[in-house]
Amino acid sequence: MNMDDFAKTSRRAFLRGSAAVAAGTVAGKAAAQDAPDPLITELQDWATFTGYGVDETPYGLPIKYEDDVVRRNVAWLTASPISSINFTPIHALEGTITPQGCAFERHHSGAIELTKDDYRLMINGLVDRPLVFTYADLERLPRENHVYFCECAANTGMEWAGAQLNGAQFTHGMIHNMEYTGVPLRALLAEAGLDAAGDLSDKWVYVEGADASSNGRSIPMEKALDDVLVAFKANGEALRMEHGYPVRLVVPGWEGNMWVKWLRRIEITDAAVESREETSKYTDVYEDGTARKWTWEMDAKSVVTSPSPQMPITHGTGPLVISGLAWSGHGKITRVDVSIDGGVNWQTARLGKQGDTKALTRFYLDIEWDGSPMFLQSRAIDETGYVQPTKEALREARGENSVYHNNCIQTWYVNEEGVAENVEVS
Amino acid sequence: PASDAPFNLGREALPEEIAAWDVDVLPDGRGLPVGSGDVWTGEEVFVEQCASCHGDFAEGSGNWPVLAGGFGTLADEDPVKTVGSYWPYLSTAFDYINRSMPFGAAGTLSADDTYAIVAYILYSNDMVDDDFVLSNETFFDVEMPNAGGFVLDDRAELEYAHWSAEPCMSDCKDPVEITMRASVVDVTPETEEEASAE
Repeated sequence: MNMDDFAKTSRRAFLRGSAAVAAGTVAGKAAAQDAPDPLITELQDWATFTGYGVDETPYGLPIKYEDDVVRRNVAWLTASPISSINFTPIHALEGTITPQGCAFERHHSGAIELTKDDYRLMINGLVDRPLVFTYADLERLPRENHVYFCECAANTGMEWAGAQLNGAQFTHGMIHNMEYTGVPLRALLAEAGLDAAGDLSDKWVYVEGADASSNGRSIPMEKALDDVLVAFKANGEALRMEHGYPVRLVVPGWEGNMWVKWLRRIEITDAAVESREETSKYTDVYEDGTARKWTWEMDAKSVVTSPSPQMPITHGTGPLVISGLAWSGHGKITRVDVSIDGGVNWQTARLGKQGDTKALTRFYLDIEWDGSPMFLQSRAIDETGYVQPTKEALREARGENSVYHNNCIQTWYVNEEGVAENVEVS
Repeated sequence: PASDAPFNLGREALPEEIAAWDVDVLPDGRGLPVGSGDVWTGEEVFVEQCASCHGDFAEGSGNWPVLAGGFGTLADEDPVKTVGSYWPYLSTAFDYINRSMPFGAAGTLSADDTYAIVAYILYSNDMVDDDFVLSNETFFDVEMPNAGGFVLDDRAELEYAHWSAEPCMSDCKDPVEITMRASVVDVTPETEEEASAE
């Protein structure tokens, strides 16, 4: 299958849904219509007969014509789909909130079913009172709402050594962004009491899930007392099973692995546990063979979501919306620059709205496309002044084997037909 | 009861409950249960419980993790990161195996079985002799080769300082050429049916 076929396959639903005319050949500006449009001049079924009743769909799914906006997995990436990853269709989404139903999953021993009745949360270790909470207890503590991105540490990790997967969904889709409702972790720790821990500055919070993998991670006390949430709702409703129902940890700005799902235990310790997920995994090997550990923050990053390999330009020349996402674990996105010539020249894009701290931010650049090939890039800048680096700069600093934390500038090559491809450029 | 807990929610965890759930082991050995296991017992248990994925000699099978070997490869183009070549602490091996292995039947190993399996993995890594007995007493007789191989996150010093200047906006470099293309690698799932098949 060649690139054109790939593009057509990805856009099948779009093409099927419109009675349209051959893609890519329509002139840019409003063109004269030489014959009346039957979609207007002929009476259509939907304007004659009735649609579905309000009793049809107690809980709805997207209309069938959007059936390409789904999670996808890449079977060869892992040994088993039980300890694996899938990808959010960020190429097809807009705004910043990720619909939960297509928000990516990463499990180490599968998505488990844990009822609210069976749920227990234990706090133990260096606390005044080791406690057990039920789900109902958690709902009685004062709540907060915050929007944050959750990005897997391995997002874009397959791209360290070169351009490999063809689509923003695959290269950048280990991410979702939701509005969480929950209880600050510090409020739960206050219930257990931290006097027994003494000086908190060298204390740790070890968190683990109820699943077989447990996914235990150590979090320094300073972060635990700052903005970590024990969340039980996302985007207004209960967490999805695959996202930790009924309770997960939300660790703003930090690598997704630490967002422990099906959270069952919080232990105050005087040292990091150095669990499997912070030694064997989620440590980043340098070129000289040494490795960084405790690389918690996700640095500033961005990607053009459209045009992109799964979102070719099908409307020909003329006005073109370049749309993308930017985010930073260090705070707010303050600026995104876009280049159409591979980084030779840059224009500052327009933010969909003011960036929120540690949350996805939408950006746009509206251009007149003359049909010339483009090398699309985006470059995020956050409120600390950090500028998203090129892959070259990252590789120079770290080599090609760090696996995690690849926040490089992405390049899409868009050809004269409007078909886009994942490339690296000089 | 009188409490300084702001909301007085939750109830005291009982010792049996804490013991059931708090099984983590720290690098200094805290949390290790009393018990022991030798290399040969470990081989039997390993072949029975672990080898179908990890190979008879912990060398890995298919896409499943390699647990042994890989010494001296960490700076190579394709490093082999195993318990022997990469893991800094033996506590992590005991803790992880005891809690989360075998894959699909986690938490079913006794403390003695876990000691034996870990002893066998050490033997497979040529880190102990075949008569070695691993126990909570001998745990620190084992030296982990890559214990000194890790540094704390130093991005702030090494990277942020350099990548925070006002970036170039125009005529930043020569016109670009493609150096690598994903379509040449051709490993992306191509159809919706294939990609979404679970």
